[in-house]
Amino acid sequence: MKIGLYPGCSLTGSSREYNESLLAIAKEAGIELCQINDWNCCGATAAHNLNKELSLSLPARNLALAELEGMNELVVPCAACFNRLVMTQHELSEKNDLRKLISDKLQLPLKNEIKIYNVLQFLEKHIVPRLGQLVKNPMAFDVACYYGCLLVRPQNVMKSERFEDPMTMDVIMQKLGANAIDWPFKTECCGAGFSVSKIEIVGELSGKIVRNAVDHGAKAIVVACPMCHSNLDMRRPAIDKYLNMKMDIPVIYITQAIALAMGLTPHQAGIQRHFVPVNLPVNLPVNR
Amino acid sequence: MSKIGVFICHCGENISSTVDVVRVAEAAGELEGVAFSTDYKYMCSDPGQTMIKQAIKEKGLTGVVVGSCSPRMHEPTFRKACKEAGLNPFMCEMANLREHCSWVHDKSEATTQKAIDLVRTLVEKVKLNKPLFSIKVPVTKTALVIGGGIAGIQASLDIASAGHQVILVEKDPSIGGHMSQLSETFPTLDCSQCILTPRMVEVAQHPNIKLLTYAELEKLEGSIGSFKATIRKKAKSIDENLCNGCGTCTTKCPTKKIPSEFNTGLGMRTAIYVPFPQAVPNKPVIDKENCSYYQKGKCKVCEKVCPTGAIRFDQEDELVEIEVGAVVIATGFDIMQPSGFPEYGYGKYKDVITGLQFERLASASGPTLGEIRRPSDGKIPEKIVFVACAGSRDPAKGIPYCSKICCMYTAKHAMLYQHKVHHGKSYIFYMDIRAAGKNYEEFVRRAIVEDEVNYIRGRVSKIYEENGKLIVKGVDTLLSAKPVEIEADMVVLASAAVANPGAEELAQKMHVSYDSYSFFSEAHPKLKPVETNTAGIFLAGACQAPKDIPETVAQASGAASKVIILFSKDELSRDPLIAVVNRSPAPVFSTCVGCFLCASACPYQAIGEELITNRQGKVIKKVAKVNPGLCQGCGTCVAFCRSKSIDIQGYSNEQMCAEVVALLNND
Repeated sequence: MKIGLYPGCSLTGSSREYNESLLAIAKEAGIELCQINDWNCCGATAAHNLNKELSLSLPARNLALAELEGMNELVVPCAACFNRLVMTQHELSEKNDLRKLISDKLQLPLKNEIKIYNVLQFLEKHIVPRLGQLVKNPMAFDVACYYGCLLVRPQNVMKSERFEDPMTMDVIMQKLGANAIDWPFKTECCGAGFSVSKIEIVGELSGKIVRNAVDHGAKAIVVACPMCHSNLDMRRPAIDKYLNMKMDIPVIYITQAIALAMGLTPHQAGIQRHFVPVNLPVNLPVNR
Repeated sequence: MSKIGVFICHCGENISSTVDVVRVAEAAGELEGVAFSTDYKYMCSDPGQTMIKQAIKEKGLTGVVVGSCSPRMHEPTFRKACKEAGLNPFMCEMANLREHCSWVHDKSEATTQKAIDLVRTLVEKVKLNKPLFSIKVPVTKTALVIGGGIAGIQASLDIASAGHQVILVEKDPSIGGHMSQLSETFPTLDCSQCILTPRMVEVAQHPNIKLLTYAELEKLEGSIGSFKATIRKKAKSIDENLCNGCGTCTTKCPTKKIPSEFNTGLGMRTAIYVPFPQAVPNKPVIDKENCSYYQKGKCKVCEKVCPTGAIRFDQEDELVEIEVGAVVIATGFDIMQPSGFPEYGYGKYKDVITGLQFERLASASGPTLGEIRRPSDGKIPEKIVFVACAGSRDPAKGIPYCSKICCMYTAKHAMLYQHKVHHGKSYIFYMDIRAAGKNYEEFVRRAIVEDEVNYIRGRVSKIYEENGKLIVKGVDTLLSAKPVEIEADMVVLASAAVANPGAEELAQKMHVSYDSYSFFSEAHPKLKPVETNTAGIFLAGACQAPKDIPETVAQASGAASKVIILFSKDELSRDPLIAVVNRSPAPVFSTCVGCFLCASACPYQAIGEELITNRQGKVIKKVAKVNPGLCQGCGTCVAFCRSKSIDIQGYSNEQMCAEVVALLNND
């Protein structure tokens, strides 16, 4: 089975381990993820603040390229990229004139019919049904599933009923043998882009999330967004400073959790790339 | 030869702004059979009607077409004008140039052309119209009131006091409705039970009111003046004539841990129960779902202890048929359960409750006898947060409309809390304060100024528990514009008012319309607020839209007065737009062949048999016959009739065909 993959900038840089673990578990499940050839920036936060047409054209080009390669399904692991691609598809499907205009500018045909998945939707559809035989090393401990903002929003496009209390990641983690705790900070703001400009704000907002997860007994925080990960992991010094104590709870991507549960090595899951050392209360396989 | 008059109305500018009315009138004047054609600014006004009357008399018109608004608006007006000028009212038809044309199209040549087409079709129809005469229906001077809350109580008392019989049907074991659950009422803070229970007693004692509790409407047939209602009296499992309401059974019943509906789950009741001590009638019913005898076949404690031997385990539901002339729907509303808002933690944290639950906590008859104690540990909350619009005005997850009562009851809740817990602190998160009503704004001001309730303009984003406190995270959107966090002991959600579950089913049973929120629809939003689109069925209270008590009582009296007006006449006249089976001279008598497919299709059981006999009394032919009292003119029989022997008067196949042909021949 061949499914398209739009990595975006994060998965080639600060969250390489997200990409590595995703490709690793897809391979285990017999799924081939093919990167879109000549993909470009999704527009990130800059484009839609400055130029509407540009903010639609950038994601639309990626969608058009994926169509040209004959892809019917496209996985977008980064929550921010996913948001831009899905919003573009939504807007262009509602406004046919705009779709034609953008298609002309790009000089590419655009049917706008490709199915776009974020990582959770991809896992639910293609990995979870195969998990039964693949889980060899259950993650038998308490985890806090942290969703952040963009995975489940906007509500009217995502049609998610429980966007204040999403459960998809919790369900997947339960299937890996973990106990996904009931905690109130699932969708609180991590500080997002302040990671660059006002680190102390990230320290406070992410600090509250980390503390709440620890207070509720979590041994690891599970995420599915590069931004959330870098704020909870890379900005741990700012978090520790705000909380005035050293927090050592690791932050792992859901794809890494699945990789480890499948018995892949920590190195295959890419957990050596984290700032906060990943010490989980289970024996991780050393070799395969 | 027809002499038809065509009258085109501008409807102020409603029609004339997009339709060239002068041209429509000119074009109509050139149609074959049209003897007179004109236009006027307001055809429904007195000068407009006079214009029609004069034309009928002076030109000797045989038919009239008024091109104006919907016939639902003014057909009676224009038909009455025709009648006054000596023309049979059913020779007058309306072309709907407003709802079907000017309101839905932009100004253009095509819009004017459509208006001309609409007028032409009606002219062709009128040519085939025949004079018809109203059907007289006797009025059964008994009213059926459905729902025994304050709306149903008020309507019943008013109708009964005018000297008419009332049958009041209530689905619960007692009348009283939501009002009986309330603590004090805004804006006077008088005790809800103190003002309601005397009226409940009055209902029970009124000689003209027959009270059927624990009963529901099963079926409604017939029409205004002569409905036939079937009521299901659910088995109470007691003999009401023998029971003296001593209460021994309810104290001895061993199944005691059933969440009480009356106390919104904050208190418990037994399986044989009276919902609350002031219930009317004050006699128990057995809740079969929770009774050990019904579920497991063992117990019968109530039967053993009953001093009058009134328990009847073998009692079954009973269906009673009653004849009534009018119906008042007063089925009230329900509270939206805030489970769709996981961020508020309702259902997860015991101390997050709904406004209705707070009413029970604050009520002297409630589970805490009026002391404000939180459900989790019974402690008196030191800090309490009220969340207004918990579901209302929220198109994304709740309901888009304003529930209307919450601003006032939330102010009242905070006030009652401050009166009972003097050192406590109360906070209200709100979007806007909607306090329109007599003495309402003053009441809210009193809460803010005298009782020092802290109003925070902003929404709550999350409620979670930390160290035994409920952390309420929200935002203050006024000058300070910053996030707010309150460590509260209890949170009260002003959950939205929604239609009752089952409202749609009831509406379908009664053939009345309802809106997209399942509230019953009034016949006109301004001028017919208590009528439904079905004649003889009226609305009272919150089943039409969320309402407070004063408004509910006013509407209930309004509905009652409509019933009393209806009952002031001994007979009614009904439009004769009903089905008839054709008759012709001998030897055919009728083209009806007596297959009675029509009878099997009729949803109103209005079609019977007629035997045609010769002079010697010998039956020659058996044909169908429509009972004009039962026929509703739906036309189903017409579609079924294979020999085209049945037609709706005023809407015959021939007339419909003439309209279609006129539309197609637009050269």
